[in-house]
Amino acid sequence: MIEPSITLPTMIEPASPAQTRTPQQPAESARAAFNVRSLSIFYGEKAAIRDVTIDIPEKTVTAIIGPSGCGKSTFLRCLNRMHDLVPNTRVEGEALFYGSNIYAPDSDPTIIRRKIGMVFQKSNPFPTMSVADNVLVGLRLNGVRKRAVLNQRLEKSLRMAALWDEVKGDLHKPGMSLSGGQQQRLCIARAIAVEPEVLLMDEPASALDPIATMKVEELIRELCTDYTIVIVTHNMQQAGRVSDRTAFFYMGKLIEFDATERIFSNPKEKKTEDYITGRFG
Amino acid sequence: MKAHRHTRRKIISALASTLATVAALLVIAPLGLVFYHLLVSGIGSINWDFFTHLPKPVGEVGGGMVNAIVGSGELLALAALIGVPVGVLGGVYLAEYGDVRMNALLRFVADVLNGVPSIIWGVVVYGLIVLRFKSFSALAGGLALGLMMIPLIMRTTEEVLLLVPNGYREASLALGISRWKTIVHVVMKTASQGIITGILLAFARVAGETAPLLFTAFGNRFWNHNLLEPIAALPLQIFTYAISPYEDWHRQAWAGALVLVVMIFLINTVVRFLTRGRTVRVL
Repeated sequence: MIEPSITLPTMIEPASPAQTRTPQQPAESARAAFNVRSLSIFYGEKAAIRDVTIDIPEKTVTAIIGPSGCGKSTFLRCLNRMHDLVPNTRVEGEALFYGSNIYAPDSDPTIIRRKIGMVFQKSNPFPTMSVADNVLVGLRLNGVRKRAVLNQRLEKSLRMAALWDEVKGDLHKPGMSLSGGQQQRLCIARAIAVEPEVLLMDEPASALDPIATMKVEELIRELCTDYTIVIVTHNMQQAGRVSDRTAFFYMGKLIEFDATERIFSNPKEKKTEDYITGRFG
Repeated sequence: MKAHRHTRRKIISALASTLATVAALLVIAPLGLVFYHLLVSGIGSINWDFFTHLPKPVGEVGGGMVNAIVGSGELLALAALIGVPVGVLGGVYLAEYGDVRMNALLRFVADVLNGVPSIIWGVVVYGLIVLRFKSFSALAGGLALGLMMIPLIMRTTEEVLLLVPNGYREASLALGISRWKTIVHVVMKTASQGIITGILLAFARVAGETAPLLFTAFGNRFWNHNLLEPIAALPLQIFTYAISPYEDWHRQAWAGALVLVVMIFLINTVVRFLTRGRTVRVL
C-alpha cells in the first residue's frame, strides 16, 4: 500500500506546486466541528473502531492515516452516518456535531448528510445525468426549483471545484464523458453544491494520476477556508501536503492526533513513528 | 502412441464441435419452421379487412379480427395496470429494502409462481372474480394476465437494480437525498432501460396466453368496451377458430396466429434495440 520510499520524515515535506499555502498550525482555541467521545463501532461482534475520542476543529483539514483495515474509513463514514447502510452494525459512545449527537435516536441521517457531505474514493458521477444535472441533483431533489438559484449555484460550485473553465462549454454532456480527474472534481462540485458544512473525503485521489491528484489537493487547500474537511488517505505525503492536523489510527484505535507537522517530525508515540517511517503498514 | 493419441484428441474435438453446432441449429430450426409455416398458411388471409372488420357470421366469407386485436390491447393494458406497479415495486423491495430471510421467501414464491401453469391463473381468477360477479369479463382476463406478469417483472426488476453499483446509492445519500428519492431518481433511473426491458418481455410472454383467458375474458364475436363483459382476445379467437369445423375460420386462425407472432417478434425486437447499448453502466 505504502511506497517504500517514505523512510525519512523530511521526504514528506511539500515539494510540489500543489502547495498553495503552508498548512498552518491550528490555533488551540479553534472551535470544534466534531467532538467524538468514546466511540466504538461494531460489525457484528467485531469492533472496527474502539473507544475513539477526538475533537476535530472546524475549517481545517484533518487527515486520517493508518494501515489498511485500521478503521479509518469506518470512522469517516460514521461521521455522517453513511455506515448505517451496512447491516449488523452497532455504535457505542457519542459523536457530537456542533454539540448535537448525530447518533441521538431522534436525529435524521438525511438531514445530517445534508450538512456533512462526502466524496468517495471512486469517482461516481451519476451515469444518466449531464455535468450540470450531476452538480444540481442534490438541490433539485431537495426541492430547489428556481432557475436563477440553480444557475448561480452551478457556476459557483464548479468554480470552487476548479472545474468551471474546463467544462463550461460541455455542461450538457454526460458527466461520465469527463476524464477521471475531472469526474472526481465533478463529484466534489456536486458535494459542495448543497452547501454542506463539512466534506468527508475517503481517499479522494487514490484512483487519480499525479496531475489530477495535485489538482484535487490544491482544491482541498482552497476549500478549507470555508469547509471543515476530514480526509482519509493512505498516502502519507498527501496527508503532509494537505492537512493541518493528522490522526493516526491503528487496529481500530486512535493512536495519536496532533498538528500534521508534529506528527511527521516528532511523533509522541512509537507506533506512529514506526508507521510514518515505513517500518510497517 | 503419441501420434495416435494426438489424432484421437482431434477427432473428439471435431465431434464435440459438430454436436454443438447441430444442437444450435436445432434451437433455431423450430422458430424458422414455425414462422415459415405461419407465413405460408396465414399470409393469404391477411388483408385490410382482417384489421378493420368484425368476424362475419358462420357461412359468410371474409370479415376480420379487429375486435380481437383491440381486445388483446385492452387486456394487456389492464394487465399492465396491475402487473407493472406491483411487479416493479416488488422488485424495488427485493433489491433495496428486504432483509435476507424475507427476500429468500419472496424469491422462492416468485419463482414458483413463474412456473405455475398459466391455466391455473385462469382458474384462480374464475373463482375469485367470475363466480362472484356471475359474468366473464375483460376485467377478469386482465387480472389473470396481470397476476402472471407480477413475478416476471419483479424478478427482472430486482436483477437490474442489483446491477446498479452501490457507489451511486452512497453518493446520492451523501448529498442528503432521502432513501426513496435516491431509489427513484438515481437507482431506478440508472436501471430504467433494464426495467423497461423486463416489462416488455413480460408483455411478450402474456400477450400470447390463451389458457388464462378461457375462463375469464371468455371471448366475444362483437365489439365490447364494457370491462365487466366478455371481451375478444387474439389468442382466444385463434383457439376458437382453429378448433372449429369451418375451412374459412381455419384460414383466419392462421392469419391471427401470424399477426400474434409478428407482434411478439416486434416487442422482442424493441427490447433488443433498447438493450443494444448498456442496461447499466458498471464502473
